[in-house]
Amino acid sequence: MTEMVEPLTASVTVAGVNARLRRRYAVDRWFRALGVSAIVAALTFLILLLGTIIGQGYTAFAQSQIRLAITFDAAILDPDGRGDPAVLGTADYGRLIRQSLETLFPDATERAQRRELSRLMSPGADLELRGMLLADPSLMGRTEEIWLPTSSPVDQLVKGHTGRTAEEGGQFTDGELRRIDRLRSDGRLAARFNKWLFTQGDSRQPELAGLAGAVVGSFYSLLVTVLLSFPLGVAAAVYLEEFARQSRWTDIVEVNINNLAAVPSIVFGLLGLEIFLNVLGLPRSAPLVGGLALTLVSLPTIIIAARVALKAVPPWVREAALALGASRLQMVTHHVLPLAMPGILTGTIIGMARAVGETAPLLMIGMVAFVVNVPATPVDPATALPVQIYLWAASPERGFVERTSAAIIVLLCFLAVMNAAAIYLRKRYERRWG
Amino acid sequence: MMSNSDGEPVASAKIKVVARDVNVFYSDKHALKAVNLDVRANEVTALIGPSGCGKSTFLRCLNRMNDLIDGARVTGTIAIDQQDIYLKDLDVVQLRARVGMVFQKPNPFPKSIFDNVAYGPRIHGLAGTGAELEEIVVTSLKRAGLFEEVKDRLNEAGTGLSGGQQQRLCIARAIAVSPEVILMDEPCSALDPIATAKVEELIDELRQNYTIIVVTHSMQQAARVSQRTAFFHLGELVEVGDTEQIFTNPNHKLTQGYITGRFG
Repeated sequence: MTEMVEPLTASVTVAGVNARLRRRYAVDRWFRALGVSAIVAALTFLILLLGTIIGQGYTAFAQSQIRLAITFDAAILDPDGRGDPAVLGTADYGRLIRQSLETLFPDATERAQRRELSRLMSPGADLELRGMLLADPSLMGRTEEIWLPTSSPVDQLVKGHTGRTAEEGGQFTDGELRRIDRLRSDGRLAARFNKWLFTQGDSRQPELAGLAGAVVGSFYSLLVTVLLSFPLGVAAAVYLEEFARQSRWTDIVEVNINNLAAVPSIVFGLLGLEIFLNVLGLPRSAPLVGGLALTLVSLPTIIIAARVALKAVPPWVREAALALGASRLQMVTHHVLPLAMPGILTGTIIGMARAVGETAPLLMIGMVAFVVNVPATPVDPATALPVQIYLWAASPERGFVERTSAAIIVLLCFLAVMNAAAIYLRKRYERRWG
Repeated sequence: MMSNSDGEPVASAKIKVVARDVNVFYSDKHALKAVNLDVRANEVTALIGPSGCGKSTFLRCLNRMNDLIDGARVTGTIAIDQQDIYLKDLDVVQLRARVGMVFQKPNPFPKSIFDNVAYGPRIHGLAGTGAELEEIVVTSLKRAGLFEEVKDRLNEAGTGLSGGQQQRLCIARAIAVSPEVILMDEPCSALDPIATAKVEELIDELRQNYTIIVVTHSMQQAARVSQRTAFFHLGELVEVGDTEQIFTNPNHKLTQGYITGRFG
């Protein structure tokens, strides 16, 4: 047994020690509770945000469509019978739709009623038929049951976003409501998968507006950004970290890079406008220029991330390589860069994720135009996802509200995939050498 | 006065490294003061002295690792086989192939055991074929006394070995480029006593083929492995001589004080 050790001072008592311990534990508990509540608060906001967006946006992935028996009548579409694409391209497909609707509702004989019938369908439904015939000329003369998009007001009514009566925001006559109800009970009117959202470019008609143009525009921009900012950023970081001697000049460069990372992106947009469009004369609204502007935005971030990753490589790796007679370049390419690569890639992907969501610089170089066609090359006019969200959010039609949220969901999916890739890369390389 | 010189020359021993009036400055700090030292070929020379005395600094002059430190400046001459290694047009890469180095902390590359040893021969183009490269790797591992322990797992990570094995792997990596001189900077300070004994045994064997300069904090180690010992203090070379003479009958009071443990 050990003897009792006399306390150093009389003031140290068992009770005093216990009281201090209790206080320490209490502070500990408080601190943990504070941390938990901070996380709960952050998660609540996140769930609220996601819940609102998904709640508002999920209906946009479906679109109300009416199944019509369409006869591709050669007498209307191609009276000369020569199959000339120019004739087929300008033919009156709307008449096929009107004929089909009139056979469904033979009681609609007055002009006003016939106009009401036309208002059931999207003004772009005839383009759908044209596309089908041009893709498959053998349809000529045949009768097919085809699902065609309804107009946006009908779509909103089917989805329950607007009411039936005028007080509830409805804009339909009793006759129209009757016909809509009959189509639904016949199984001819239903909300089906909205393929236009993923295959079409922008449109003035919400039911025909799609994200394909914006997604492709974002993809091309991002491609240009990655191809430029990754090699440039890594080369700059490697030079500054591994080759440049510490001097006043490198200090100035370092301070300036850190400052550039904090410059608002709209300033880079203005710079891009002046240099790429006004001086170099590159095409306006093109993803190429968007990518160049986003390169300016993301380059400082990537340089800083790459420098941090290079700094994290322990110095003994460099010493070991140099002591074996490796040149500085061999030391960097054989040892330092491979070890720093997961960090550099993570930083790059996070920089890219920021670039995907960047709007302001794209506005300045004209990627905010109304572009119907999906861009085929990086020099065609295009928008990008965040710009599309901005454009749709500013559109007055009821149908664009849900589509704005749908576009946000698509953008968030983009970001989630990119961040998951960053995490995957980091984990993979970390595991490689235990 | 301090005895800077090597004492009377021994006729039979070939001199490998000659250092004359070597000074090192780190910015304003005068880290090494007018050191004159001759290192004999195929012997182990131990550099001892208290922390911060300049022995590691001197070691790093011999393969010009001090060049890497911003603000470091070396004056005087160091010659290996009568060739000045501080000449302007001398290729540092070639020098470091002739002068290998083993560090305090075992530092294998995060690559396989094979690639660790093969790295030096690869960058210097010492092997024409894959078979030659394999021969170099196997021979080097054998000389480092590691081959029997790792022959079945040459493709596993070098970082997965024990500390002592890692250090012997680093020695194998250094001798794979056929250096003439091997510098060792406290090679056993991070190892347990058994691993230390193995490395010391290895150092003794290696001196058949190489000239070895080892910095150590352990006086017992210096006594066990070295034929010559140099004692540094406050950046100056106080005394150099045969290890037996330094430990039994030092000329200088400072040396005696240090080896008897009165300071350090």
